[in-house]
Amino acid sequence: MQIWIDSIVARTEWLQGLPIGFLYTIGILVACGLILIFASLFAGEVVWMERRISGRMQARIGPNRVGPQGLIQFLADGIKLLSKEDIIPKSADKPIFLLAPVVVFMGAFTAFCVVPWGYGLVPADMNVGLFLVLSITSIEVVGLIMAGWASNSKWAILGAMREVAQVISYELPLGVAALAIVLLAGTMNMTDIVVQQEGWIWNWYIFRGPFAFAAFFIFFTAALADLKRAPFDLPEAESELVAGFHTEYTGFRFALFFVAEYCAMILFSLVTAVLFLGGWSPGFPVDLNGPWGRWIGFGVMFAKLTFLLFVMIWIRWSLPRFRVDKVMYLCYKVLLPLSIVCVIGIALQVLFANAFLGGSAFGDWLMGRAP
Amino acid sequence: MSDGNPSLRSGGEPRHAGTVEIHERQEMVSRDLRTEEMVFNMGPQHPATHGVLRVVCKSDGETVRALQPHVGNIHRCVEKIGENLPYYQWLPYVDRMDYLAAICNEHVACMAIEKLGELEVPERAEYGRVIVAEVQRILSHLMAIGVYGLDLGAFTPFLHQFRERERGMDLLDHISGGRLLYHFVRIGGLKRDLSQDWLDELDAWIDTVEQRLPEYNTLLLNNRIFQERTMGIGVIDRDTAVRWGVTGPGLRAAGVNWDCRRDVPYSIYDRFDFEIPHGHSGIGGELGDCFQRHWIRVREVEESVKIIRQARAQLPEGPVMGRVPKGFRPKDAEVYFRAENPRGELAVYMIGAGKPEAYRIRCRGPSFSNIACITEVAEGMLIADLVALIGSLDIVLGEVDR
Repeated sequence: MQIWIDSIVARTEWLQGLPIGFLYTIGILVACGLILIFASLFAGEVVWMERRISGRMQARIGPNRVGPQGLIQFLADGIKLLSKEDIIPKSADKPIFLLAPVVVFMGAFTAFCVVPWGYGLVPADMNVGLFLVLSITSIEVVGLIMAGWASNSKWAILGAMREVAQVISYELPLGVAALAIVLLAGTMNMTDIVVQQEGWIWNWYIFRGPFAFAAFFIFFTAALADLKRAPFDLPEAESELVAGFHTEYTGFRFALFFVAEYCAMILFSLVTAVLFLGGWSPGFPVDLNGPWGRWIGFGVMFAKLTFLLFVMIWIRWSLPRFRVDKVMYLCYKVLLPLSIVCVIGIALQVLFANAFLGGSAFGDWLMGRAP
Repeated sequence: MSDGNPSLRSGGEPRHAGTVEIHERQEMVSRDLRTEEMVFNMGPQHPATHGVLRVVCKSDGETVRALQPHVGNIHRCVEKIGENLPYYQWLPYVDRMDYLAAICNEHVACMAIEKLGELEVPERAEYGRVIVAEVQRILSHLMAIGVYGLDLGAFTPFLHQFRERERGMDLLDHISGGRLLYHFVRIGGLKRDLSQDWLDELDAWIDTVEQRLPEYNTLLLNNRIFQERTMGIGVIDRDTAVRWGVTGPGLRAAGVNWDCRRDVPYSIYDRFDFEIPHGHSGIGGELGDCFQRHWIRVREVEESVKIIRQARAQLPEGPVMGRVPKGFRPKDAEVYFRAENPRGELAVYMIGAGKPEAYRIRCRGPSFSNIACITEVAEGMLIADLVALIGSLDIVLGEVDR
């Protein structure tokens, strides 16, 4: 981002008189605004995508009236939700009730600022990017607990209870599986992680050894649970808890939860693509780091993102829901031990490659370096 | 320790030292960390109670400690209305008891009235009745199978079953003019004859149903998550089932090989060759659990298809309406007639009084007895399992409350 702004300033004379700090601030605000708009619009499209795909899967049509193929259905839905009565239950804890959707929304959005869409297409290229994503998304839990507690409804509190238990537990295998990739990459900077996966398809981290391959499935499963997507949608299990933590929310506040959920889906798909599927690398050697190439990279990233979203939707509409205790069993007795095995395995793989195969192309490949 | 702990009171029988210690610790925990049981209402407006059932649960976290189903939210006096209307006018009300098995209800009510009035029903009408009743059984079971998926969080099978159900409802629509409530079976026979075209449509439909059942099994019965959610959950054993009067798939899943169609033959069911699926350990899961109840519904659809095929082959020519005297007034007599509905045994008790209307009518709805047993079965379950249990009992609240 900084480099980008510097290059713009260098080419534009009238900007050179202004203090550079001010320009950075403006640049970052603009980028954040763009991402906010892009992510919420795209979240709307993901909702449409989900409804159309589930329609196909269920032998029905799905929304196809508003706009071509129903593409702007989400705008109609948004207007509907905005024009609904905003009900705050009498017994609710009002300030917390009002604050909760904002916290959830913020948690889902902030993490977008470190995720690269293409080479250099990232608002904040931090060297702790991955760490920031994992920690910021955890804040969402706080908002959901607030929503469940402040609603003062029994179903909402039950939903929030499940939520806390599930999300906090699944952060463990999620984080540990991501750690495996950090070991391989040697960095938490998401741009660098992708740069090391460029070249042929076998350079993607998912294909670098059996442990990385397993880590991908652990990460994706844990991400599904973290997102409360089916088959782990217990916190909002409609047949058990009515609607879980957002039972008492209406209108736009409900829409905030809804959009936040889909934004988190997009975010985790992006992170999965960056960590395991080579980010903007199309799977064959081509330079996408130039000023125009990076937009092609953006397209590649977008395709991977859409594919991962499709898989999430596919899973959701095929499987029944897990039961509370089985979810915990899966987390602590299956995924967590497996993810630790992955970390140890990858550590040994890197050590082995470093000691015996140092310098050779295969050694670099095993160590997770760019070949 | 002045208050409470019975193990420390003087005069009590001496306890083992270890026990006292545990009691003390428990008391300390409960004094420092107060926990409360939460009472919540599941229903009447709740997505998983299949209508307006209200279950008051006392829960400890996710565990149900005690529960009480409350019924009566849509009580519509079906029986009392029957005592004030001529027999034939009561039939549409019967439809509305178990609205997912309207024709089966009509069938039972008509058979009871015919027994009371000693009426003859022509052969073709009997076959027609069996055909439509079995079509209705398939429709009802398809619904049960799909909705059970919905209860467990799988949305897709629910909409897939509508594909077949829709065509089945069209079939019944073509002969009766109604999609859900038909009023097709009449006292003395049927409202209309079954045309050849209709029978051809029926053949095509049952073939499709048979073909597509494996699809549902892929999504539910053979799905690992589904199996984990249902196997060994909500076990209603033989003893409990008999004590609470559970009938239908619930009773058969408990291993009781009982079906009115075969064991108390009525209509012309004794002329067909069909199996009564019942629970056993070979299916998987435990005897009488949710999984076996679901399995039995799937198998019963297959058996219904068999019955329809046989009835189709044997279908004789002739009238579909018998002789019913004008001003039908059955003599003083009482009749108790029971038959196998999709959900279990529906029985009609009736006293005639030589008048156009009955002196007394009382129905025994299977859903009512089936839901009653959850007080005993659901204790100590998780809330998610309670939903699985209620779903597997496949109740229709219209019939519970009548």
